[in-house]
Amino acid sequence: MPAIQEMDDTVIDARISVLLRSGMILSAIVIFIGGALFLLHHGRSIPDYRVFHGVQAPLNNVSGIVQEALHGHDLGIIQFGLLLLIATPVARVLFSVIAFWMERDYLYVAISGIVLVVLLYSLFVHRA
Amino acid sequence: MNSAEFTAILGAGALLAGFLGALTGLGGGVVIVPLLTLAFGVDIRYAIGASLVSVIATSSGSAAAYVKEGFSNIRIGMFLEIATTIGAICGAFLATKTPAAAIAIIFGLVLLYSAAMSNRKRTDAHLGRAPDPIASALRMNGSYPVGDEKQHYLVRRVPLGFGIMFGAGTLSGLLGIGSGAVKVLAMDEAMQIPFKVSTTTSNFMIGVTAAASAGVYLSRGYIDPGLAMPVTLGVLAGSLLGARFLVQAKTHALRIIFAIVIAFLGIEMIYNGFTGRL
Repeated sequence: MPAIQEMDDTVIDARISVLLRSGMILSAIVIFIGGALFLLHHGRSIPDYRVFHGVQAPLNNVSGIVQEALHGHDLGIIQFGLLLLIATPVARVLFSVIAFWMERDYLYVAISGIVLVVLLYSLFVHRA
Repeated sequence: MNSAEFTAILGAGALLAGFLGALTGLGGGVVIVPLLTLAFGVDIRYAIGASLVSVIATSSGSAAAYVKEGFSNIRIGMFLEIATTIGAICGAFLATKTPAAAIAIIFGLVLLYSAAMSNRKRTDAHLGRAPDPIASALRMNGSYPVGDEKQHYLVRRVPLGFGIMFGAGTLSGLLGIGSGAVKVLAMDEAMQIPFKVSTTTSNFMIGVTAAASAGVYLSRGYIDPGLAMPVTLGVLAGSLLGARFLVQAKTHALRIIFAIVIAFLGIEMIYNGFTGRL
């Protein structure tokens, strides 16, 4: 039997488990660092969430958030951590597409592929 | 109250919500929106944005544990995620068009439903009945470990389950919750999947469903970093702690108390929705 087919569901399960846990830990660390910087700089400001203004660009889209985080801005780093959190289940679906492909289970390559397209549409394609 | 105090108090509240949510299996996300809107006066749109990201965090955390134990069924989860993710995007668009008062009332009704469902006795349907041919074609029938043995199960009424899952996804996108109670309804009642499998598979699906509405929420400005930071970290820490205590805690009395709290919050949300205070 070729080695590729030995990657059965339990192996996939174990790898998904590691992927989810690392994504969660990594994003929590990033959010924590951004949060600490934010409180250091703006801890005495008065928060106001009573009236909805909506978070404005660049913190409301993927490329803007990455730019802000790279510049070391505190809110950008928090938002980048939240993006990592959102990306974790997306990575899990991408991993499933690949794993089903290696199992030659093309029906489930298609099913997980549809889910992946829906997720990527939400994150990148549509604009408000 | 300045930002440092706001963050500390909110983080502590979120920690408690996550802790009780994990202990009772009801999820912490469901009380975050009432906590933010009723206690902190936060606009409901910021509240559902923060709640949604915290739901993704707890789903990844708990799913990581369950997937490893071999209870969750990845094929069932993946197939039903087609329904929940499309539903979630529809729900998120709907949220941007629905008045805040209406969202508060729908939220209240879902809270009442979750409270009612939480103390229901769950018994597995009689095994060995004929499976749905669709389930066989999609290779959904599976098994889970019971000691050293494997307990096999068959999946029934796939189209009905798929339809309810679309509804669960829509509610998740509209309200920023995991809507675990509706997912469990689809899998337990409609598809007659054993509850160990349905609970863990539902947990596994919640993160993907929430990620689908997160994109819409992000571009509409619902996800505020200053608010989502304490909520996400608090709920995450609370749910990890809760999962650790789960083994030794007597959860029955706690479930009833938490269900009463949820029901009370539901009534409060509906009342505030009708009086236009939210």
